[in-house]
Amino acid sequence: MRCRSCRAQAIIDLRRHNAAFCRACFVRHCEEQVRRALHDYRMIPSGSRVLIAVSGGKDSLALWHILRSLGIDADGLYLGLGIGAYSGASAELARSFATAHGLVLHEIDLPRDVGFDIPEGSKAARRAPCSACGLSKRHLFNHAAITHGYDVVATGHNLDDEAAVLLGNTLRWDDEFLARQYPVLPGTEGFVRKVKPLVRLGEREMAAYCVVQGIDYIVEECPMAAGNRHLTYKDLLNQLEERSPGAKAAFLFNFLERAHARFADAGREQRDSLVPCTGCGAPTPGEVCAFCRLRERASGSSVPVPVPVTPTVRSSPSRAGASRAGAP
Amino acid sequence: MKVVLRNPKREMEVAGATTVNALLVELSIIPESVIVICNDELVTHDTHLGDDDTVEIRSVTSGGA
Repeated sequence: MRCRSCRAQAIIDLRRHNAAFCRACFVRHCEEQVRRALHDYRMIPSGSRVLIAVSGGKDSLALWHILRSLGIDADGLYLGLGIGAYSGASAELARSFATAHGLVLHEIDLPRDVGFDIPEGSKAARRAPCSACGLSKRHLFNHAAITHGYDVVATGHNLDDEAAVLLGNTLRWDDEFLARQYPVLPGTEGFVRKVKPLVRLGEREMAAYCVVQGIDYIVEECPMAAGNRHLTYKDLLNQLEERSPGAKAAFLFNFLERAHARFADAGREQRDSLVPCTGCGAPTPGEVCAFCRLRERASGSSVPVPVPVTPTVRSSPSRAGASRAGAP
Repeated sequence: MKVVLRNPKREMEVAGATTVNALLVELSIIPESVIVICNDELVTHDTHLGDDDTVEIRSVTSGGA
């Protein structure tokens, strides 16, 4: 198979694009898809300080690498979830990447800094592990960004992630979640702006990007994720994609372009009437936010603790914490 | 050929498959869910395989959202 762009030997075929690419053209393809996402959704205003949610997996490390290639400086934040050897290995990969590229990586360790880990905490709180994990990530990344003056949090959600979430939201016709499903969520009082620059790239592309760029990422799946609904949706969508290449992209982007606006007002009343959590001050519809309730049940302590964000500076002192995005 | 699968990591010997696509069909793996690395090089689905090759089939699906 030959590269669509230069006719060299291809290393990857992408049926969705009816194309194959050699190594150099594939890297350009990935960069171009991110550039388009940044531009089309006006994700990162010029001069913004960007914080990437880094997990040690393929998506977040590839995102960090691509943003740098596009001239966008960003710092990283790794959240230690206390999932045994899996968390230890993923933390090491995140640190190694930051060190190798001279980047700033902040860290929060859930057991040490907040008082619970995901395996035991989710049991104590009677939540599914992925639910407790997602809630902790959303809360703590937002908290860290606000605490350290970042304007934008960028996550590694890719096309497959977004299509799977859309399938779940659509099967339940969950209009409030559909209203919030968009590649950029603007910042509001108490919430930092959130963007998903990989929305135009699939999981195969992200894994392949890491392989061709020599990015060492955690290949093993999180042991807590086995059997979760999200994986079932991805499997179903991949079966559809096999029969009809481009089905996932059509499903997601037709929703974003033609249907998302119809749900925009869902949940607006609740979003407009948020009050500060009595525990941590984060916006919440009730007295105590969902994260503080999780923390209280999981750690057994009703006393809120300030969550330190350990700055692990891995770049030269002159660069550390000084990163600002140029115009994408 | 030696085939390495991930999640969990395991190895097996497979005989007879002539291309990456044929190997994935034989193992009932959806091509969209994996990348294939033959002798440390990323390869396309039409790549021919030989008995001396080492082929890693790496799942790309992650569960978090």
